[in-house]
Amino acid sequence: MNFKFTDEQMMIRDIAEAFLAQTSTSAAVRQAMSTELGYDLQLWRRICDEMCWQGMHIPEAYGGLGLGYVELVATLEQMGRYLCCSPFYASVCLAANALLVAGTEDQKLTYLPQIAVGKTATLAYTGESGGWDSNSVKVTYQKQGDSYRLNGSYRFVPDGHSAEILVLAARDQDTQGDEGISLFVVPANTPGIRREWLPTMDQTRRQGQLQLDDLVLNSDAVMGDVGQSWAQLEQILDLGRIAVAAEQLGGSQQCLDSTVAYISERVQFGRSIASYQSVKHKCADMMVKVEASRSAVYYAACVGDQFFNQTSDAVGLAEAASIAKAYSSEGFFHNAGVGIQLHGGVGITSEYDIQLYFKRAKSTETFLGAADYHRERLATLLLDTQVAL
Amino acid sequence: MKLDFSPEDELFREEIASWLAANLCGKFDSIRGRGGPGDQHMFIDERKAWEQKLYQGGWTCIGWAPEYGGRGATIEQQVIFNEEYARAQGPGRAGHIGETLVGPTLIAFGDQEQKDRYLPEILRGEAFWCQGYSEPGAGSDLANVKTSAKFDDTNQQWQINGQKVWTSLARESDYCFVIARTDSKSVGHRGLGFFLVPIDQPGVTVRPIEQLTGTSEFNEVFFDDAHCSIDDIVGEPGDGWKVAMGLLGFERGVSTLGQQMLFQNELDEIIVLAKANGSAQNPQIRQRIAEAHIGLRIMRFNSMRVLSSKETDGSLQKEAMIYKLYWSSWHRNLGKLAMDVMGSESEVLEDGPYQLNRLQSMYLFSRADTIYGGTNQIQRNLIAERALGMPKEPRG
Ligand SMILES: Cc1cc2nc3c(=O)[nH]c(=O)nc-3n(C[C@H](O)[C@H](O)[C@H](O)COP(=O)(O)OP(=O)(O)OC[C@H]3O[C@@H](n4cnc5c(N)ncnc54)[C@H](O)[C@@H]3O)c2cc1C
Repeated sequence: MNFKFTDEQMMIRDIAEAFLAQTSTSAAVRQAMSTELGYDLQLWRRICDEMCWQGMHIPEAYGGLGLGYVELVATLEQMGRYLCCSPFYASVCLAANALLVAGTEDQKLTYLPQIAVGKTATLAYTGESGGWDSNSVKVTYQKQGDSYRLNGSYRFVPDGHSAEILVLAARDQDTQGDEGISLFVVPANTPGIRREWLPTMDQTRRQGQLQLDDLVLNSDAVMGDVGQSWAQLEQILDLGRIAVAAEQLGGSQQCLDSTVAYISERVQFGRSIASYQSVKHKCADMMVKVEASRSAVYYAACVGDQFFNQTSDAVGLAEAASIAKAYSSEGFFHNAGVGIQLHGGVGITSEYDIQLYFKRAKSTETFLGAADYHRERLATLLLDTQVAL
Repeated sequence: MKLDFSPEDELFREEIASWLAANLCGKFDSIRGRGGPGDQHMFIDERKAWEQKLYQGGWTCIGWAPEYGGRGATIEQQVIFNEEYARAQGPGRAGHIGETLVGPTLIAFGDQEQKDRYLPEILRGEAFWCQGYSEPGAGSDLANVKTSAKFDDTNQQWQINGQKVWTSLARESDYCFVIARTDSKSVGHRGLGFFLVPIDQPGVTVRPIEQLTGTSEFNEVFFDDAHCSIDDIVGEPGDGWKVAMGLLGFERGVSTLGQQMLFQNELDEIIVLAKANGSAQNPQIRQRIAEAHIGLRIMRFNSMRVLSSKETDGSLQKEAMIYKLYWSSWHRNLGKLAMDVMGSESEVLEDGPYQLNRLQSMYLFSRADTIYGGTNQIQRNLIAERALGMPKEPRG
């Protein structure tokens, strides 16, 4: 056991920090926010061509760098810290993970090298229910001979309106719960798919909605065993949760840092407001949230690595992901909220960045299940089942 | 960054697990799971005997270097030891102040003669220690201690006068480490000394203080011309603050791991109870049990992180400063959760006149966690000032 970054991992983290401090500035983020695409194509090209982040944890056999989940998480933390607007999360942390977990060898060989050079991708599974469990998969498929006919709609799909490759979850008609769920992978321009931008409160990441009208897919689009994919989808989602928690950690840290920087400059009643004890104590509590979140996220990153090299099972992954997501969601929201309060009036302006973090905190809290969802998931493991945690 | 233990470490795990299975039984059955927080003064003789048993197996002070009789156990091995110890429901360690506070302090700051005299008896589970820091006028403001230490030229010994308070386990201990003022004209951090004082002597009076649990774990300790030898000052007169603070640094180190395992046992007990009495069906209780689980797991990850990143000089980084505030708040919430899971039965005692069960006593005593060892407010001051670089509190 060695629960700290290796020198190499430290270097990857530092390079990400330095790059994003230069490229994902407040002005750049605001520029990206104002477009329907939601990110700057030039920056995305640099991330793909110069940094090669999108191939980080994709194995070399599929055109990636073959690094681990810890390296990925170290990078994501910095992306969250600098509110980096990009299709990275959807492409790598959802779609590439889906292919790695559930893709056939052919699908991996087809799609992963594309993602590794910067093609964008995403995963769609939930819809109008707004839920994140297996019941939220409402799009249906009908098997007709060798092909599948998909109908229904998705919401809350990160970069759903712009991604070039789609991983879709659908269920066999008349099934419910964990039964009858299948995953498919398709180019987004396949006829039968309608997509549009879903404007959101948090403008630093785009969401889309998708409508499938008689989308017909061949069996080579099917990932994994037909009708048996919930278990794998859950693993994909857990890997995605760990990734989102890493971004939340970075955001949470930035809320603390920018708040301490602001209050150290601001003088009221003839002294720095940072010298008031109630202000100091709020900052101390923010630091507790940051460090605890960091521990949870790094642990989960290690479990992500173990999962990929098959030394951790799905329950271990689920536990680690739910811990990281539950804690980091609440920690980030807390820190963003306290951050606004300690900024005073300027915290309510659009000019200061703290409001962007506040919005990002809420959107990431909801995404893939808020804290109460994950606590109930853990409660089920602890109270209703016999598994040892 | 990796979580897996090496094959050698897994062998170590088997070794301690099987030793505990073979030895924590028979006459030691009655102390399984006892002697934790709030219960530390219970079964003291049995638990002292248990320390000696541990010593015979080579399981005391495992983190100390071999030259002091320890195993020089790595951090990983200490983590494993604590995990297996708790899994086996090992009793609260009667020797923990000696092993985790006094020992490391003497190893870092003591002279050879002090090491030779005190370390072996701690190692063998024969000498027990208590901490004489707080005084009536020096709680959070520890540097305000008034207890005096004067060098008595005729008898060539230190003479100690004053009063300590809240001294845990003083009646069960053989020695007290005391911070006292060596320079009567000094104030604050300067002019203090760190002394090793035997308790069993005419000049030392220990009076128990009854706690909200009805029991007395802490005490008042009066020093009236008490003495210790010329060799029983650690460092020089004036070094007391440095030594005292060094000791508190060890408190935040590995010694926290054993504590977490006791917490795990408490949480497990709460879960068993919730399943048995049906409160495991209550959605709010479910949320809170999960939250407690999350909190405890993260506490462990925090320790693993901090211990893995320990600087080579043994000091902890600033991230380690959140530890006390984090665990104390967590444990205080666990106390409340335990009572809410017990429901109406939480009011009913095991027996009269005031016999609390383990969870009731944990609930009441957990209110102390956010007070001793630096209150939550003091922790927040320290985090803000030392970790975040915010301005210092004004002093009166
Ligand atoms: C169960 C138990 C066991 C103990 N065991 C030992 C022991 O073995 N040895 C030993 O030496 N001591 C021991 N203590 C003493 C303990 O360390 C002190 O109680 C603690 O440091 C607080 O001091 P105090 O009780 O004088 O409270 P005070 O310092 O009077 O504090 C009262 C309140 O004021 C707040 N406060 C004080 N100063 C500030 C400030 N600057 N800013 C904001 N708020 C402030 C505190 O947070 C607290 O809420 C023990 C205490 C307990 C409860």
